[in-house]
Amino acid sequence: MADSMIRLEEVTKTFPGADRPAVNELSLDVGRGEFVALVGPSGCGKTTTLKMINRIIEPTSGTIWVDGQRATDVPAFELRRSIGYVIQQIGLFPHRTIAQNIGTVPELLGWEPERIRRRVAELVELVGLHPEMLDRYPSELSGGQQQRVGVARALAADPPVLLMDEPFGAVDPIVRGRLQDEFLALQRELKKTVVFVTHDIDEAIKMGDRVAILNVGGLLEQYDTPDRILAEPANDFVAGFLGADRGIKRLSLIPLRSIELPAGAVADISDTPESARAAMNAQGWDWVTVLDGDRLLGWVWASELEGLHEVGEATPRPFRVTVDAGATLREALDAIVATRNNVGVVVDGDTYCGILTLDLLTVELTR
Amino acid sequence: MSVFAQTRPFIDWQWIVEHVDDMWERTIEHVVLTGLAVSIGLVISVALSLVALRFRRTYAPISGTAGVLYTIPSIGLFAFLVPFTGLSLLTAEIGLVSYTLLILIRNIVAGINGVPESVVEAARAMGYTDRRLFWEIQLPLAVPVVMAGVRLAAVTVVGLVTVTSLIGQGGYGVFILRGLSRTFATEILVGIVLSIALALLIDSALLGLQRWVAPWMRRRPRTA
Repeated sequence: MADSMIRLEEVTKTFPGADRPAVNELSLDVGRGEFVALVGPSGCGKTTTLKMINRIIEPTSGTIWVDGQRATDVPAFELRRSIGYVIQQIGLFPHRTIAQNIGTVPELLGWEPERIRRRVAELVELVGLHPEMLDRYPSELSGGQQQRVGVARALAADPPVLLMDEPFGAVDPIVRGRLQDEFLALQRELKKTVVFVTHDIDEAIKMGDRVAILNVGGLLEQYDTPDRILAEPANDFVAGFLGADRGIKRLSLIPLRSIELPAGAVADISDTPESARAAMNAQGWDWVTVLDGDRLLGWVWASELEGLHEVGEATPRPFRVTVDAGATLREALDAIVATRNNVGVVVDGDTYCGILTLDLLTVELTR
Repeated sequence: MSVFAQTRPFIDWQWIVEHVDDMWERTIEHVVLTGLAVSIGLVISVALSLVALRFRRTYAPISGTAGVLYTIPSIGLFAFLVPFTGLSLLTAEIGLVSYTLLILIRNIVAGINGVPESVVEAARAMGYTDRRLFWEIQLPLAVPVVMAGVRLAAVTVVGLVTVTSLIGQGGYGVFILRGLSRTFATEILVGIVLSIALALLIDSALLGLQRWVAPWMRRRPRTA
């Protein structure tokens, strides 16, 4: 691939004293600006693979290319200064303030103090930390805050490549979800080439442009987009690793916006009860959605329209469950299974988009 | 004679008042002997620790040798050294420094090894060279443990320096020796009390120094 940023060619690592390789003739291409998640059970060599890219671990054989250059062609410390590194244990320097921690690589690169100071201020904002934390020591921060510092430190010298080893593994699920979302938003802006190691298939699916599924001994079982892996697992190992709910997992990759939603029985406030009733009959419903132009007002029973001149004279009830158009099908599913008739109303702000039914989700899944 | 001896009280305050200048002089001698021993001991220990850390196999023989030195009775060591180096400062310091090595080397190595692996790995991955990693990350983080060793070594040496008066190098031991030869309890007590006081003073001064050079240990973790 011409625009590959990281390229592994038949890379093997056998640790001294081990009778079989931790990683065996692994070849892998990571495109420029691509986010690749390495996932697999313990012993699959995913962390070893990651650490070979910045030469924390030296391969036994094979070649690793970083930005068109053999990783071994430059001194390890020089290579590493152009590769951001974030690990689960974070590894902040306890004896240095947050500002000094973030400024580590610029300092190693010999930047002017003033330039470092400006860059640190920028990064603090970027990762969502308060500037007042800059003078504190790492032990004074919570786990989530420390990992934000870890990410800021990795980004400090604006390296083209980021290596991340279970970076959000040590924080609680709520903070993890937030850090994942924030990092994805950041990545959309920064477009770094990211290699991300995780043992959590859901995290891999959520984060990766492509997911590499590794088996014990560093065997690459499948390397593709999350959607294609979920739709067509290459073999039993991949299918088993994805789990029985891979269909539902796939739903989390499809934005609600991307599917066409039926309008259902709809009436505008200016419509007559007769035309509203015709809309209900067409659907076989005994209630109708009431709109004011594009705006969703609620719904009314057919019986409530009797004797009125205009639909607008009735008082619509609000829908108990609405789903935002920005949600994924997975989130929409969660919302509608909680309703009595398994139907959800999709809105974009207060604009009506349509009706989502369980049948529609089933159609999407089998597509 | 016995009548004369009994006229002297157990603690002769007048003698103490008259010998303040003498005490001051002995204090300086004691501090210099101690300071020299701990400083030289620290330099040698850092060097030996570097060797032990770089070549792991050398740690056992290095700390073993320091351990043997530590077990030699101090009087015996001085007596043994005198034929070679005379009744000199050198003799005193060879002995004193020997006793610091075990404590210091153990604490330096333990301090460096105690730096979390994740911190060292992160530093490497950021692009630290081995040299800068040692001086800027590992050594500063080992400071609290190293300083604990320095304090222990200093307190040990303050006690040992009283013995060096035997080879004519001064210090509080002079009071103890003289008091012993004259059966004068006050003078012996002065030597002991001053030695204890100096040990405590040096210990707390080093503790203050440790807090100053390791400010990150001072602040308490906040929960957020």
